[in-house]
Amino acid sequence: MSEDVLTIFERSRAGRRAFVPPPTDVPEVPVEELLPASAIRRRPAELPEVSEPEIVRHYTTLSAKNFHLDEGFYPLGSCTMKHNPKLHERVAALPGHARLHPLQDPEHAQGALELMWRLQDALGEIAGLPHVSLQPSAGSQGELTGLLLTRAYHEDRGEERRKVLTPDTAHGTNPATVTMAGYEVVKVGTSADGGVDLDDLREKATDDVACLMLTNPNTLGLFDRNIEEITRTVSDAGATLYYDGANLNAVMGVVRPGDTGFDIVHFNLHKTFTQPHGGGGPGAGPIACSARIAPFLPVPQVVRRRGENGSEPYFDLDFDRPKSIGRLRGFQGNFGVFVRSYAYIRSLGADGLKDVSQVAVLNANYLKARLAELSEYLPVAFDRTCMHEFVLSGRGAREKLGVRTLDIAKRMLDHTVHPPTVYFPLLVDEALMIEPTETETKERLDHFAAVVKEIVEEAKEDPEVLKSAPHTTPVRRLDEAGAAKRPVVRWRPDAENPGDPGRAERDAASGTGAM
Amino acid sequence: MSRYTGVTDQDLREMLDAIGVGSLDDLFADVPEGVRLDHPIDLPDGQSEQEVHDHLASLAARNLHCDEEVSFLGAGMYDHYVPALIDTLLQRSEFLTPYTPYQPEISQGGLQVMFEFQTAISELTGLPVSNASVYEGPSALAAAGYLAKLETGRSRLVVSRGVHPHSRAALRTHAAGYGMEVVETPLNPEGATDSEALEEAVDEDTAAVFVQQPNFLGTVEELGEVVEAGKTTGAMLVCAADPLPLGVLRPPGEFGVDVCVGEGQTLGNRLDYGGPSFGFFAADQRFIRKLPGRIAGETRDVDGRRGFVLTLQTREQHIRREKATHNICTAQALNALAGVVYLSWLGKRGLVELAELMLRRTHYAREALGLKPINPGPVVREFAVRAPDLDALFERARAEGINPGFRLAREYPEYQEGLLVAITERRTREQIDRLAAVVASVRREPAAAGAAPEGGRE
Repeated sequence: MSEDVLTIFERSRAGRRAFVPPPTDVPEVPVEELLPASAIRRRPAELPEVSEPEIVRHYTTLSAKNFHLDEGFYPLGSCTMKHNPKLHERVAALPGHARLHPLQDPEHAQGALELMWRLQDALGEIAGLPHVSLQPSAGSQGELTGLLLTRAYHEDRGEERRKVLTPDTAHGTNPATVTMAGYEVVKVGTSADGGVDLDDLREKATDDVACLMLTNPNTLGLFDRNIEEITRTVSDAGATLYYDGANLNAVMGVVRPGDTGFDIVHFNLHKTFTQPHGGGGPGAGPIACSARIAPFLPVPQVVRRRGENGSEPYFDLDFDRPKSIGRLRGFQGNFGVFVRSYAYIRSLGADGLKDVSQVAVLNANYLKARLAELSEYLPVAFDRTCMHEFVLSGRGAREKLGVRTLDIAKRMLDHTVHPPTVYFPLLVDEALMIEPTETETKERLDHFAAVVKEIVEEAKEDPEVLKSAPHTTPVRRLDEAGAAKRPVVRWRPDAENPGDPGRAERDAASGTGAM
Repeated sequence: MSRYTGVTDQDLREMLDAIGVGSLDDLFADVPEGVRLDHPIDLPDGQSEQEVHDHLASLAARNLHCDEEVSFLGAGMYDHYVPALIDTLLQRSEFLTPYTPYQPEISQGGLQVMFEFQTAISELTGLPVSNASVYEGPSALAAAGYLAKLETGRSRLVVSRGVHPHSRAALRTHAAGYGMEVVETPLNPEGATDSEALEEAVDEDTAAVFVQQPNFLGTVEELGEVVEAGKTTGAMLVCAADPLPLGVLRPPGEFGVDVCVGEGQTLGNRLDYGGPSFGFFAADQRFIRKLPGRIAGETRDVDGRRGFVLTLQTREQHIRREKATHNICTAQALNALAGVVYLSWLGKRGLVELAELMLRRTHYAREALGLKPINPGPVVREFAVRAPDLDALFERARAEGINPGFRLAREYPEYQEGLLVAITERRTREQIDRLAAVVASVRREPAAAGAAPEGGRE
């Protein structure tokens, strides 16, 4: 096996180490005297034994196999891969933030609580919904919080409602959340112009509907022109309105969910507010809500209290909220993420945030216009002015060139651009969902358009180049079906791994897998 | 133009021309007049980088952090030393700035890290499969509750009061959604899970039983006995565990638990006032197709080269939608990277040495403080005592730059005078002795402590 694909476990050699423990300054009582025999570990965990330089080299080598945002264009639709300002890493690492214990007395955590309070205030203003909880860990936990708030709200009124409406364009997290919150999913269709099908909505907005979850602009990148009619219809049915903030990057300073009639919003701080994605987290999913929902918000809430006898106001954690749904997680949420997002909001201010949305929309429409010359092969799914993203269909390319969206995406990997989100939303055949974000320059957009054009030209000449792509990446197409059929999800000292070229033959001979 | 966008006036003209509209406003024509904002949102003006830095630094300066006092505060997050190589590796753009590895050919670094992480968690917990991280400890426990519902179809969850109060609270909140009742069982007079009470609480409708090792008070639970009591009616057994003490403690998997979850902050993650850290979720083989979250698997590419992919995705929300095993999408990949780098840094022997040091210091500290223990049996990393004059103790300790620990009264009214004291490799004997001296001085002259500050915080 080539050296650069070894796991850290395979680099282990008995006796090597990086860690040197601090001296044992207390009596060295035998472990057997402190713990009952039944509680003592008999065999040490098989962690690797590796020196510090080898650890650093191993992970540095691994890191070089990742494509990343600081390297190049990353138009992954719905994920808002915008630049992550470097200042944020510096301020998040200040010891007053990074080394602060979550259970420190509020009196000794005034800076952290003030930061959270100010972030709540700013997010509330951006959403037009003044009551905010920063606690949810990511968008999906924010969604769950929103539906638990909905449930608490209806129960408090003595109502039991069973259904939640989600458009068929919704992110998968919406229906998954509905089930986790104990509700039944009712899908609402999409009209010919890419918005919510109003007739379908009117029919389904019955009195046992608890909530509508809506993403606006939706996953087609389209702002729903009938938004007022939609919110009225749902509101008249007595349901709450949930705004999935995944696409908030399109509308900051332009339109606010609260002003449009929504009750609850979640923010993806790792999308709109620049927390680096980290290869799949961390994120944070704060929620904002209206006054009628506020009594049910999670505990603790960060509050500003009036000082006694004319002294300064101070910040505190409020646990005394009898109608609260409780906690979603431990402590106060992903504070390190709050620091970054708060720094971002302070850097940009109201004008800067509006500029973000305007340029995000400008960039998406410009790129859409640049790609229009390829519409024979990659037509826009719903050809209107888009917001921060747009969706192409690879139908033409499949029919006329014999290549699929997957092949086009894989060929992009050879061009040092990240492919768009593919095969989503589900209602678009061979979808490519493109979100350039505001932090890309015109030259970057032009380059991407040129890459797509080159790939289409290549497909006309020789579709095999696409079908066998990528050609220049650390590995080429991987056997995903095989991985799922016979899952190998950990390294084992005593088992052969699939990377071992001899394994396939032995498996075939013995009819067994690795696990 | 803001500092992170780069549209010049000329760019703007050219771009609008290419689009075929006259102005930026035209791009927002779909937003109905009636809902469009007619005024700027009310936020402070944007600031230069140095102004923002200084503002954030001034806020940070108003927090008393763990370098500024000797902190015996734990209760779920702990002041461990984070080695420098973690800072260096986590700040690499290649790890910091990519998205979830949906395109495996250009994400082998992140995917292999997940695979290595899963292996390390599997080894620690003694369970064969682990996912690539969930948010954090308490919601990981709640996710196990959801798995138990999907698996058993039963409607009750039984949880020991030895489980972290935030975990129990998160479990109740989530269970209210998926429609399950949560029942708590008490600790015995030694601060350990009362196995008899647990056995009485489980019935044919109990989907899962939850315990924690070591428990919230630092007690080393008799897991064999507890598992036996919890499993009498076929319920799943879920154990929350602190990964570092597992260097000396027999892993939950060896006691026959079905799921082991936990908080990963202690593995190379900063305190960060409570997050981001990561949660882990390991389970018996039979749950491999029902776990929440991402899982990396090993495979080969078309040339036969070793490679890694996200696998078993038919469990997940983006494929399975309302039938997904959980709604989680973005998790804690970067924090999990810190976890596996930390475990590699500690290594096979280092984990044992660190755990043994904590074990010995915990026992030493309990003895040195000389207060009546709430949990007099085996403890590791933490222990609880009754301190008759807690307000005075806090006041005098803080005057000496010591934070004596966590007051139990809010979460455990049954321990009104309870103090939970946490020990890590950073808390030296000398520091423990200083805390003991403060305790002794309060006992000698409680009256000298003066007016009591506000009490009973979380």
